[in-house]
Amino acid sequence: MHERPNHSTEKREARLAWAFVLPALSVVALIAIFPLLWTFWESLHVHDLRMPWRGNPFVGLENYREAFTEPRFWQALGHTLFFTAISVALEVVLGLILALALNRAYRGRGFVRVLVLLPWAIPTVVAALLWRFIFEERGIVNAALINAGAMDGAHPLVWFGHSLLAWTPVILADVWKTTPFVTLLLLAGLQNIDSTLYEAARMDGASPWMQFTNITLPLLKPALLVVLIFRTLDAFRVFDLIYVLTNGGPGTSTEPIALYTFTRLMNNLRFGYGSALSVIVFLVTFLLAVVYIRALGVKLTEKPQ
Amino acid sequence: MIRALVALRSAAIVLLIGAIVLGILFPFYWAIVASFRPETELFGTPSLWPQEWVTEHYQKLFDERNFWVPIRNSLIVAGATTFLCVVIGAFCAYAVARLQFRGKAPILGFILAVTMFPQITIVSPLYLLLRELRLINTYPGLVFPYLTFAMPLTVWLLVSFFRQLPRELEEAGLIDGASRLRVFWEIVLPLSWPGLATTAIITFIYCWNEFLFALSFTLGPERQTVPVAIALFRGQYQVPWGQILAAASLATAPAAILIVIFQRRIVTGLTAGAVKG
Repeated sequence: MHERPNHSTEKREARLAWAFVLPALSVVALIAIFPLLWTFWESLHVHDLRMPWRGNPFVGLENYREAFTEPRFWQALGHTLFFTAISVALEVVLGLILALALNRAYRGRGFVRVLVLLPWAIPTVVAALLWRFIFEERGIVNAALINAGAMDGAHPLVWFGHSLLAWTPVILADVWKTTPFVTLLLLAGLQNIDSTLYEAARMDGASPWMQFTNITLPLLKPALLVVLIFRTLDAFRVFDLIYVLTNGGPGTSTEPIALYTFTRLMNNLRFGYGSALSVIVFLVTFLLAVVYIRALGVKLTEKPQ
Repeated sequence: MIRALVALRSAAIVLLIGAIVLGILFPFYWAIVASFRPETELFGTPSLWPQEWVTEHYQKLFDERNFWVPIRNSLIVAGATTFLCVVIGAFCAYAVARLQFRGKAPILGFILAVTMFPQITIVSPLYLLLRELRLINTYPGLVFPYLTFAMPLTVWLLVSFFRQLPRELEEAGLIDGASRLRVFWEIVLPLSWPGLATTAIITFIYCWNEFLFALSFTLGPERQTVPVAIALFRGQYQVPWGQILAAASLATAPAAILIVIFQRRIVTGLTAGAVKG
């Protein structure tokens, strides 16, 4: 029997709850939400730290107009979408295959789990450096290609000097670093699926492919969607990886939007214009999240049973 | 026939996993081994196993570059951030997980939204703010910005830990007349140290790895964290690959050690929040 909680205990509990929640919430509001509003305010002004005598006059949407008429902005946005689409697609497909394989294997699962966490846990900067070393002009990839006779030893490929080829190490490094994490999430999703469903399907003569499309995929959908959202938003803000691997080069041919914004802010010290770019990045991210959540009907904050 | 097919399939799975294991490990192996090669043996057609092992890159790293400084900076910044987040976040997470009050769902949604937004969007105001407060190139000048991503992460992880605790003990305490605060302090917190520790480890790893804020809000080697220091290594004439790889190997050590010890807990922590949602 449940005693009916009386009004005052309920109230007291709510008051305690707010006392517990407020410190963390105000920290987040103070250092995340307030700056976000400030960014928006900055973006309506000219604010050039190298030219303090200009002050910071209000210019309305002028910074946005400049961004939208600048080819480099559109290129950077395009690069980011290109990178996001390719790397997330590769990571989800590879992660799913690996999770299915691991779900079957019983021996050595612990070992593989440690291994799978390693690339996730190291700094992205370090991952980028490892792959930069591997793809250097006289590095192991070119050495292997020359050995295999696929490349002329006198003219090794300069991976980082070619505007399209430079994406190879970038995407490989990202796939290497994050597929393991995707695998972990999907593996946890797979392990939540009731194994008796498969037994029943097998008794009814369902082929492995039918089991996969009729049981695994539908039941894995929530986990897949969570992975898709997290990875898409994460890939969209790519910065560290490219800063170290190619620094956006050659030229600006691998420059993502976050790096372009960073350059305008911290190298050119154009805070008004850089803030406008920041707001655009924020809005696109927000839009992506809303589209995902709407289109796929995910409830991320739902209580577990 | 069927048995042969089954055997074939498990052989294929073993092969697949083996190939992936190799793929994951190779970059680590290649970098660690290379950090012990003499500079002249780094490129060209190096053998899989070095002919000669040297420790000169590590020596130079600490003698010439004073690599202790970034290590110390990273430990201080990541440690302080983690401590603040777990202490403040535990209260918030407990309230969201267990207490009845209006506004719970929006709070959780808000926290999740903040974990997702791109760091670059707040670099400009944070820089101006820190400059105004004279906190550029200081430890607090990194800890405060780090709270923006670490606090939501900590709360998010802890909420799923608190939800997994059995309710019965808390209810028993409440029926015995203990206040909610006492129940939290004397029953819940002692029980949830594994969750707190796991959350602390994951938060620490995120802070240890952070790059954009550390790059934007430090000015020189005296306050740079490990990732920034490594990314900005430059030699006078050429890229000092030996030292870079030595530093990279060292930078992976804390995460690697924590993972080998706590892998099961970390996996539970990472997946509980995301998948059961």
